[in-house]
Amino acid sequence: MLIQRASDISSSEITPENLYHNRREWIKTASAILGLTAVGTIIPACAPTVGAAGEPQAKGKYDTTEKPTPFEDITSYNNYYEFGTGKDDPARNSKNFKPKPWTVKVEGMCKKPATYNLDDLIKGFATEDRIYRMRCVEAWSMVIPWAGFPLKTLIERLEPLPSAKFVEFKTLVDPNQYPEQRRSFLKVLDWPYVEGLRMDEATHPLALIATGIYGKPLPNQNGAPLRLVLPWKYGFKGIKAIVNIRFTDKQPVNTWQQQASQEYGFYANVNPNVDHPRWSQARERRIGEFFKRPTLMFNGYADQVSELYAGMDLRRYY
Amino acid sequence: MRKFNRWWILKPAVFLACLGPMVWISNQALYGRLSANPIKDITEFTGIWTLRFLMITLAITPLRRITGVSSLIRFRRMIGLFTFFQGFLHWMTYVWLDQFFMWGEILKDIIKRPFILSGMTAFTLMIPLAVTSTRKWIARLGGSRWQAVHRLIYFSGAAGVIHYYFFEKSDVRNPLAYALLLSFLLGFRAWHGMRQRALKLKPATRNM
Repeated sequence: MLIQRASDISSSEITPENLYHNRREWIKTASAILGLTAVGTIIPACAPTVGAAGEPQAKGKYDTTEKPTPFEDITSYNNYYEFGTGKDDPARNSKNFKPKPWTVKVEGMCKKPATYNLDDLIKGFATEDRIYRMRCVEAWSMVIPWAGFPLKTLIERLEPLPSAKFVEFKTLVDPNQYPEQRRSFLKVLDWPYVEGLRMDEATHPLALIATGIYGKPLPNQNGAPLRLVLPWKYGFKGIKAIVNIRFTDKQPVNTWQQQASQEYGFYANVNPNVDHPRWSQARERRIGEFFKRPTLMFNGYADQVSELYAGMDLRRYY
Repeated sequence: MRKFNRWWILKPAVFLACLGPMVWISNQALYGRLSANPIKDITEFTGIWTLRFLMITLAITPLRRITGVSSLIRFRRMIGLFTFFQGFLHWMTYVWLDQFFMWGEILKDIIKRPFILSGMTAFTLMIPLAVTSTRKWIARLGGSRWQAVHRLIYFSGAAGVIHYYFFEKSDVRNPLAYALLLSFLLGFRAWHGMRQRALKLKPATRNM
């Protein structure tokens, strides 16, 4: 598969039609509630909208029919600490990031360990569109039209041994491209960023390797050229810019668990009944909406994934 | 001719400057220039400005002592009240925009979470200071008692910095910087107080 960079597409072409309406809608609601209706009505009309992109339609059986979050919001509001801890840092600091050429090292308990060129690693995989909910551990959420292929397809190609019980992923370490990795004093996290899954989670049909959003190559700030998407887990499990895949029989220690194990666990399944120590997980703010909405068990994917955790104490294995 | 009074210019100028942050964030919000999660932006903005105003208020006394410009005292009440105002806006973003007046949820939050508790403590400690900020209250309480009440700001500041520390997921550089600044501002007071006492014990050196 050819990974193209999006730099030659101007933002007016890729901004979906609903974006500015949406933004104004929010302001109207907010101003009305704040008793600023008069001010809300004098907000100047923004740039004319271009209806080229259209809105992705739910087709597949895993797609949510909820309204997708505008492209601009998905690509301007990110947690990607390698580029900085501010939500706008990734978009700003990832402009010169090079997602191509890209190599992925596969190691551990499998029959095909090697260092692969990304194009070879995913050659022949059919790209699917998946409209998934994304719930951040910080209690906000989006609906994202991803493009990618099931993680299962990739894992099968790598032929894990029966002894492999977990799969571990690592993000690129490159201080030249990631400003936060140049810091040695008071580091934000220990690099590389690590994530892990149980093998049955990794081969679940919902687990996706994303290579695009809104029908376009994955922007750098969203984890180009390839990232994990696990819609029933908190967003931080969706490791970005993967350079290492390792099959193992020991449960990996993921970065946030290592950072603060009281707050973040290995599983990190979305669960409205188990609060984060510092805030409630019962509700979430969907980006673009004013009022919070209830958070659903497994982020609304309970029918598909709850059997993976049958009999487990989810309070303990958070 | 009457003598020109510079305070007629300076006080309104500082007052307008203190309105700056609120004007700026309102403007950003109304023109849709905030991020995709504007409520979080507003909450964080009013929070950090509360802490900044609090630090400025606490800096006035050390600045007077160091520079010898005693008239800085004229701004202390105003800036202190702006701190309370920012804190109130921050509190409102939580109670109103974030929780939408779900008092049960808010109460649970306060009891369960040191993060919320520390913020609530910092704000609550500012209320008596704002109430007793008038001349009338100074007279009613008497100078030394009034001063004792207003030492609550030290605890409010400490609670505010702790609240900020709890807020950060892992990047604690900024909270640590504020902790350092607060330690300096409070440490200066302790050092100055000790020195004054020492000087009082040795009257001969007082005129030096």
